Amino acid sequence: MALKIVKGSIDRMFDKNLQDLVRGIRNHKDDEAKYISTCIDEIKQELKQDNIAVKANAVCKLTYLQMLGYDVSWAAFNIVEVMSSSKFTYKRIGYLAASQCFHEGTDVIMLTTNQIRKDLSSPNQYDTGVALTGLSCFVTPDLARDLANDIMTLMSHTKPYIRKKAVLIMYKVFLKYPESLRPAFPRLKEKLEDPDPGVQSAAVNVICELARRNPKNYLSLAPLFFKLMTSSTNNWVLIKIIKLFGALTPLEPRLGKKLIEPLTNLIHSTSAMSLLYECVNTVIAVLISLSSGMPNHSASIQLCVQKLRILIEDSDQNLKYLGLLAMSKILKTHPKSVQSHKDLILQCLDDKDESIRLRALDLLYGMVSKKNLMEIVKKLMLHVDKAEGTTYRDELLTKIIDICSQSNFQYITNFEWYISILVELTRLEGTRHGHLIASQMLDVAIRVKAIRGFAVAQMATLLDNAHLLTGNTQRNGICEVLYAAAWICGEFSEHLEDPMQTLEAMLRPKVATLPGHIQAVYVQNAAKLFATVLRKHDGETESQAAQETSQLLIDRLPLFVQSANLEVQERASCILQLVKYIQKLQQKNVEVAEEVTALFAGELNPVAPKAQKKVPIPEGLDLDAWINEPPSESESEDEKPKAVFAKEEPKHSRSRHTEVDEKELARRREVRKQEQANNPFYIKASPSSQKVYDAPGVEHIPVVQIDLSVPLKVPGMPMSDQYLKLEVERRQKEKAERKKKEKKKKREKRGKERKADSGPESEEDITPAHQVDIVTEEMPENALPSDDDDKDPNDPHKALDIDLDKYVPYCRHLQFIHVLHIVYDIQGNHQDESKVVVSVIFENKSDSFLKSMEFNVLDSLNSKLQRPEGAGAHDSLTVPFQLPPGQDTHAFLFVSSVSVSIVAVCIDCFLMQSDESSTHEKLDFKLHFTCTSYLITTPCYSDAYAKLLESGDLKGSSLRLEGINMPFHHLLARICFHHHFSVVERIDSCASMYSRSIQGHHVCLLVKTTVSIDAKCDEPSLLGNVLDEIKQTFSKC
Amino acid sequence: MIKAILIFNNHGKPRLIRFYQYFAEDMQQQIIRETFHLVSKRDDNVCNFLEGGSLIGGSDYKLIYRHYATLYFVFCVDSSESELGILDLIQLICFFVSVCVFVETLDKCFENVCELDLIFHMDKVHYILQEVVMGGMVLETNMNEIVAQVELQNRMEKSEGGLSAAPARAVSAVKNMNLPEIPRNINIGDINIKVPSLSPF
Repeated sequence: MALKIVKGSIDRMFDKNLQDLVRGIRNHKDDEAKYISTCIDEIKQELKQDNIAVKANAVCKLTYLQMLGYDVSWAAFNIVEVMSSSKFTYKRIGYLAASQCFHEGTDVIMLTTNQIRKDLSSPNQYDTGVALTGLSCFVTPDLARDLANDIMTLMSHTKPYIRKKAVLIMYKVFLKYPESLRPAFPRLKEKLEDPDPGVQSAAVNVICELARRNPKNYLSLAPLFFKLMTSSTNNWVLIKIIKLFGALTPLEPRLGKKLIEPLTNLIHSTSAMSLLYECVNTVIAVLISLSSGMPNHSASIQLCVQKLRILIEDSDQNLKYLGLLAMSKILKTHPKSVQSHKDLILQCLDDKDESIRLRALDLLYGMVSKKNLMEIVKKLMLHVDKAEGTTYRDELLTKIIDICSQSNFQYITNFEWYISILVELTRLEGTRHGHLIASQMLDVAIRVKAIRGFAVAQMATLLDNAHLLTGNTQRNGICEVLYAAAWICGEFSEHLEDPMQTLEAMLRPKVATLPGHIQAVYVQNAAKLFATVLRKHDGETESQAAQETSQLLIDRLPLFVQSANLEVQERASCILQLVKYIQKLQQKNVEVAEEVTALFAGELNPVAPKAQKKVPIPEGLDLDAWINEPPSESESEDEKPKAVFAKEEPKHSRSRHTEVDEKELARRREVRKQEQANNPFYIKASPSSQKVYDAPGVEHIPVVQIDLSVPLKVPGMPMSDQYLKLEVERRQKEKAERKKKEKKKKREKRGKERKADSGPESEEDITPAHQVDIVTEEMPENALPSDDDDKDPNDPHKALDIDLDKYVPYCRHLQFIHVLHIVYDIQGNHQDESKVVVSVIFENKSDSFLKSMEFNVLDSLNSKLQRPEGAGAHDSLTVPFQLPPGQDTHAFLFVSSVSVSIVAVCIDCFLMQSDESSTHEKLDFKLHFTCTSYLITTPCYSDAYAKLLESGDLKGSSLRLEGINMPFHHLLARICFHHHFSVVERIDSCASMYSRSIQGHHVCLLVKTTVSIDAKCDEPSLLGNVLDEIKQTFSKC
Repeated sequence: MIKAILIFNNHGKPRLIRFYQYFAEDMQQQIIRETFHLVSKRDDNVCNFLEGGSLIGGSDYKLIYRHYATLYFVFCVDSSESELGILDLIQLICFFVSVCVFVETLDKCFENVCELDLIFHMDKVHYILQEVVMGGMVLETNMNEIVAQVELQNRMEKSEGGLSAAPARAVSAVKNMNLPEIPRNINIGDINIKVPSLSPF
C-alpha cells in the first residue's frame, strides 16, 4: 500500500502539467496532431489513477485541448469527479472544464444535481461562487427546476459576492424553467435596492434582459428605475437602465415625457462617451414614441443631432460609426433635421473605414427625396468609379438600386434617367449583382408602361454591344443583364425601331458562350422578334424581307439546337420547326403574320411575391384531411409516392374515383376557361379578343414627352448626368411657369386666400417628368390581410412572458382595504432548521405616505418572532422602510416555530396624512402556516431512498388528482417548487420524490403519469396534510 | 447579452475561448475561423465594431474587438450591450489579466499583455474572466472588487498547495532544459518508475 502511494507520487512528478502541454505543443509545430494524440493517451492514463490531484491536472489539460477544438466529452464523468473534490483548487478546475464542455445533451449532468446543491450551501463562499459560475454555463431545465429554490435562497445570502452571482444566474434559471419567474420576482425586485452596488447592478442586468423581451410586463417598475437613474453613479447601471427605458417608452408615452429632462441633463453633464451615446439613443427612442404630435421637443432633437454631429466629426472611428448609427434612427422620424447634415454624411463616404462608409450609405438611403435623388445618386456613381475592391463597389451598386427602387420607386421622377443609370451600372467590371440590375430593368419595363419605348431602345443597344458584357460569364455576373435585355426587346418588340437588327444581334454565334438560361431567353425572344418582323412586313406585296428573316432563323438556330443545355435545345428545336413550317407557308404566299403574332399575344402582369401565400383557403376545404382512405400499412414501398400525390393534389385524385357525368365535365371546362382568362400567365386561346399588338387604345398609354431637342447621348459625358442637367432646367422652367400662373391667379383672385403650397420647392412641387402609371403588383382577390408573425416559436423568452403584476396564486394574500396589500410566503430556513422564514411583500394601497410600520407576533409556546437582541418578548419590530403611496417592498421575518398552523400577527401603521398629522391604524391578521412551509428540499440518493422505504417505519396513503392535463415534467416541477420536494429518480411513467420536514420526518412520494400519488411518511398527520395541500395546489390550476 | 468571448492571435490560433451558448467543438472552431477572417483583414485605424458574423446569433449580433500587439480580443454581443461599454470592458479585462496573473511584475501597462503569458495561464485568465462576466452578463466592473476576489481565491489555492506541488515544479524545471528524448520508462516488476531525461555524456 505504502509502495503504491510512493509510486503514485513519483508518477505525479513526471506528469505533464498545463504549462508542459502548451510548451510541448509549441515544440511540435510540424506534427501537432500526433503529439496531441499521444498527450490524450497520457491523459486517459492519468484519469484512471485514484489520485484526485492527478485527475484534476488531467482535466485542466483537457480544458486546453477543448479550446483547440478537440472533443473531450468522453471525459465528462471524470470532470464530475473533479468537481466533487473537497479542495477548492480542484473543484475550480472541474467546474471550469464543465462550463466549457457540458451542455444539455451531456448525460452525466444529472449526476451533478446533488453535488451542486451541496456546493451552493457550502460554508466557503468561493465554493458557492464557483458552483454558481459553472452552473450559469451549463444549467439545464432539470437543474433549474431542482435548484431554483436553493438559488433563490442564496439571493438573500449575507455575502454580497454570493448575492450578486445568485441574482445574475436567476436569469438563466428563468430561461430554462419559466415557472420560477413569478415566485422569484419579488425578491429580484427587492435586490434593485440592495445596499451593495454589485448586487444592484446584477439585478438591473437581469431585469433589463427580461424586460427587453417582454417589456410590457415590467412597466410597473418604471418608477423604481427612474429613481435609480437619478441616484446611481455607476455608469454600467445607468447605461443598462437607460437602454431599458428605450425599450419601455414605446409602450408608455407618458414615461417618455418624464424622461426627456433627466436624460437631457445627463447628456449635458456626463463625460463618459458611452453614457452620452446611450442617452442620445434613448432620447431618440422617446421622441419616436411621442411621434410628431409634439412640436415642442424640437429642442431635444436639435441637441441630439448636434451631439451626434460632434461624434461623427470626432477622429475616433468608433464614435464616428456610432454617431452615424444613431443618426439613422433619428432619420426615420425626423428626416428634416438629419438632411441638413447631408454634407457631413457624404463626406463619410470618403472615409477609409468600410463599415463607416456602409453606415453612411444606409443613412443616404433614408435621406433621399424626390428633390435630391438624382444628385445623391450622381455622387454615388462617382464613388462607384473610384471605389477600390469589388465588395464595396457591389455594396454601392446595391445601395444605388435600393435607394432608387425604395417604396415602389417613390422618389423617381424620371424613369428614363433611372434606366440610363442601370445601363451605366452594367459597365462595372466583375460585379456579382448582374441579376439585381436585370431584375430592376425587368421591373421597370413591365410596370412603367410609359418607359417601354425608351427601355427597349436602350436594351437593343445593350444587345448590340453584348460583347462588352460577355467577358464575365460567371453565374450572377453582369451578363445576367442580357437576360433582361433580351426579354424586354422580345416582349415589347413593337417599340423597336429596327427589330431586324436586334434579331440579328440575338442570333450571333457568340451568344452560345452565355449561360444556358440566358440563351434560352434569347431563343424564345428571337421568336417573338420574328413575329414582330413578320407583322411589320404584313400586307406588303413583296415579302422578300420576311422571307429573309425566316432564312436567318433557319441558318442560326441549329447552333442552339446543339446546345448542351436542355432548355435551350428544346426551345430552339421547337422554334426551328415552327420557322421551317412558316417558311413553307410563306413560299406559298400565305398570310402568316397574324397567326404567328397570336402565339405571343397577351399581357404579362407583375404578380406580388406573396400572392400565392395570400390566396385564402376556400371555406370547407381541409388540406390535411384524407381525400382517400389512407394507404394501409402493408402497402409496398414503391406505392408511397402515389399516396403523397393523392394528398397534395386532392382534386385530381377525387375525380379518379367519382363518376363524372358529361354535364359536370362541361361545367368544369367552363370554370377552367374562366380561370385561364383571369390568369395572366396563361396564353389565351382567343387571340383576337385580347391582342395587345393591335389594340393600342386599350391601355391609355400616356404620351411620353421626350424632349428631342436635346440629344439622348452626349459624347464624353455619362448619360445620366445629362438627365440631371435637364431635370434642373425643367424644374426651373416649371417654377417659372408656376410663378406666372400664381401671378395670374393672384391677379384674378386678389384678396382670396392663397394656397399653402407656395413654399420654395417643397416636395409636392416637383412633378414627374412624364406621367407614369406604376402598375401595382397583382394580388389574389380577397387576399387575407398581412399577418407577418415573425416571432420565432422557439424563442425561450416567449415562456417568460408572464404578467408579474398579477399576484402569485400560491402565495397567500391579505388585503386591508385602502391601506395595505400583503402577500406572504413561508419557507423552512436552510441555515437554522428550528426557524421558518416568512417573506412578506407590503404594498401601500392608500393615498398617503406610510411613515412607519411596526410588526408584532403574539408569541405562543410554539412560535416566536425573532427579535433583535435586547428587545423584550413583546416588543414590536419596526419595519425598516417607508412606503410612498402605490409602492411595494419586501421584508423578511424569522419566526422560530415548530408545527403551528396559525400565527397571529399585528401591524401598526402610521400613515402620514399631511405634513404634520398622521393617523394610526392597527391591523390584525393571521399567517396560515402550511405543512409545506416546514418541508425542506433535501437531496436523497436512490439507495438511501430504497432503504428508507424498506425500513417499514413509514405509513402509506394515496391520492388521485382529477382533471390534470399538464405534461408530466410540469407536474413534477410544480410539486418540487410549491411543496419543496426533490426528484430522487424518474423512470418512464413514474417518479419518486423526497422531502424532509424540519423536525426530521421523511416524506416520500411516488407520482405516476396517471396522476395518482402514493405517499409514505413516518408521521401520519403530516402525511395527510401534505397530500391535502398538493391536492389544493392542483385544484387551483 | 454577451454570446462569446474569443481571444486569438494574429494567426488565428485560439488563446482563450468562452462561449455562453452551446456550440459543438467543430462549430466553435468554425466560428473562430470566421471571426478571425473578418477581424484580421481590418486595418488598425478603423472602428472596432463589426456586423456580419453569420454563424453566431444573426442580425442582432455584432462583434466588438480590440487588437493589442499580437492578440485579438473579440466579444460577440447582442443589442442590449453598449458598444462603447464593451470596449471599455475589454480594456479592463486586459488590465486585470496583467495585474492578477503576473502579480510579481504588476505591469500596469496593460497594452503589453504578452501572448505567452496568456498561453501558459489560460486557466488563470478564465478565473479572472469569471469574476467579470458570468453566463453572458457583466457581473462586476469595479476594479478593486475584482482584483480582491481573484486575489483571495488565489490565496486559497496556495494554502491548499496548488495544483502542482513543489516536487513537480522541480522536475518540470529539468524538463525545461529541452533535452533529446531518451526512453523514460523502466519496468521493475510491478513498479513503474519514470526516470528524468538526462543529457547523454
